Amino acid sequence: MCLGIPGKVTETYREHDVLMGKVDFGGVFKRVCLEHVPEVQIGEYVLVHVGFALTRIDEAEATRVFALLKELDQLGELEEAPP
Amino acid sequence: MKFVDEYRDGSAARTLADTIARTVTRPWTIMEVCGGQTHTIVKYGIDRLLPKEVELVHGPGCPVCVTSLEMIDRAHAIASWPGVIFCSFGDMLRVPGSRADLLQLKSQGADIRVVYSPLDAVNLAAAHPNRKVVFFAIGFETTAPPNAMAVWLARKRKLRNFSVLVSHVLVPPMMTALLSAPDNRVQGFLGAGHVCTVMGLSEYVPIAKQFGVPIVATGFEPLDLLEGILRTVQQLEEGRGEVENQYARAVRPEGNPASRQLIADVFEVCDRKWRGVGLISQSGFALREEYRDHDAERLFEVDHIETHESSVCISGQILKGLKKPHDCPAFGKECSPQTPLGATMVSSEGACAAYFAYGRHLESRTARELPLVPVV
Repeated sequence: MCLGIPGKVTETYREHDVLMGKVDFGGVFKRVCLEHVPEVQIGEYVLVHVGFALTRIDEAEATRVFALLKELDQLGELEEAPP
Repeated sequence: MKFVDEYRDGSAARTLADTIARTVTRPWTIMEVCGGQTHTIVKYGIDRLLPKEVELVHGPGCPVCVTSLEMIDRAHAIASWPGVIFCSFGDMLRVPGSRADLLQLKSQGADIRVVYSPLDAVNLAAAHPNRKVVFFAIGFETTAPPNAMAVWLARKRKLRNFSVLVSHVLVPPMMTALLSAPDNRVQGFLGAGHVCTVMGLSEYVPIAKQFGVPIVATGFEPLDLLEGILRTVQQLEEGRGEVENQYARAVRPEGNPASRQLIADVFEVCDRKWRGVGLISQSGFALREEYRDHDAERLFEVDHIETHESSVCISGQILKGLKKPHDCPAFGKECSPQTPLGATMVSSEGACAAYFAYGRHLESRTARELPLVPVV
């Protein structure tokens, strides 16, 4: 139910004085309410729940887990290396 | 899809699972709060990647599941009202009330529409000024901003024919209720990531402190869940009970201030009955007095509702993390997604429905019932 799908903002406009936009979900386009992510720029990603953008995706934070994985891999190799 | 596919990488998942196995020294019971997380865990078999010391129990974080039978019967009564267009998220259509479900009512002539967004229901009200459009506003904090926006927008556009039947539930009071129960088994929580995108992390700090439990706000993809479990296990092993944020690409510590403001303007906190769990004080949202003209519960008088729940169903114990779907004698037999007996089977995000969808009812039968035949 609390499904949130990341999508790329491709267009913004105002409707009934509310910020709206067109968002691209891997080729499927939907109109989305952007009123609570007012600073969003075209090309940025937002997390959308029932046609409403809850937040912008932080691209720097999005890669953090991969840095951790790299560290874990290196750690694993060290542990497995023969003495 | 960007921000989805990369978090489903199998070898990365294995690395995280191995790290969890190296970290754990004793048994721990961790609850994932959200039904979406339960679904990912069962779909990808994440529970089976974990060392035997780490047990995942599945929380009551599916709003469709925990919507009380009384509220569902009320929705059905309003949906059958002449002249009403009743709008709902698709997940609610098959949930049985005491007499029928919404799809059956539709086949009997009720005008029931599935909407993708509550804002679509507002547009329906504008397009049908002579009809009464009612939206079934269920959900956790995640769905509160779009639902509040729908009501706010309807008032701004002077659409007096739009109303909402509100059955919102809140996560922190439910976690406090679970932890306060004398038979509680939960030692750490994977916090519901999308709830936190709206509300932030501050509500969880006093809970972590009071009960000494780790609460790690966690995302919904396999790597998110495994990292959330790792961070919870690390805290448990070190004797810490703190709030952490695994899902920082979407969750800011303060949540979304604009959403929190709109929620505070439109809703007020109320007591709420949870299906399978019972009444939890201050665990829901209701419309504020200023929005009473859009409150379907006031606008449509519904006769006294009497409900009856199955006596076999153990969904209450499953929702509290005390039992698993396999422990129920009805699971996969008289109880299935086509004929659900209780909360955890009525929506695809309920624990029983997720176990059923990914074939775990067949595994239990194989193990329990099929005779052992020697391989020749």
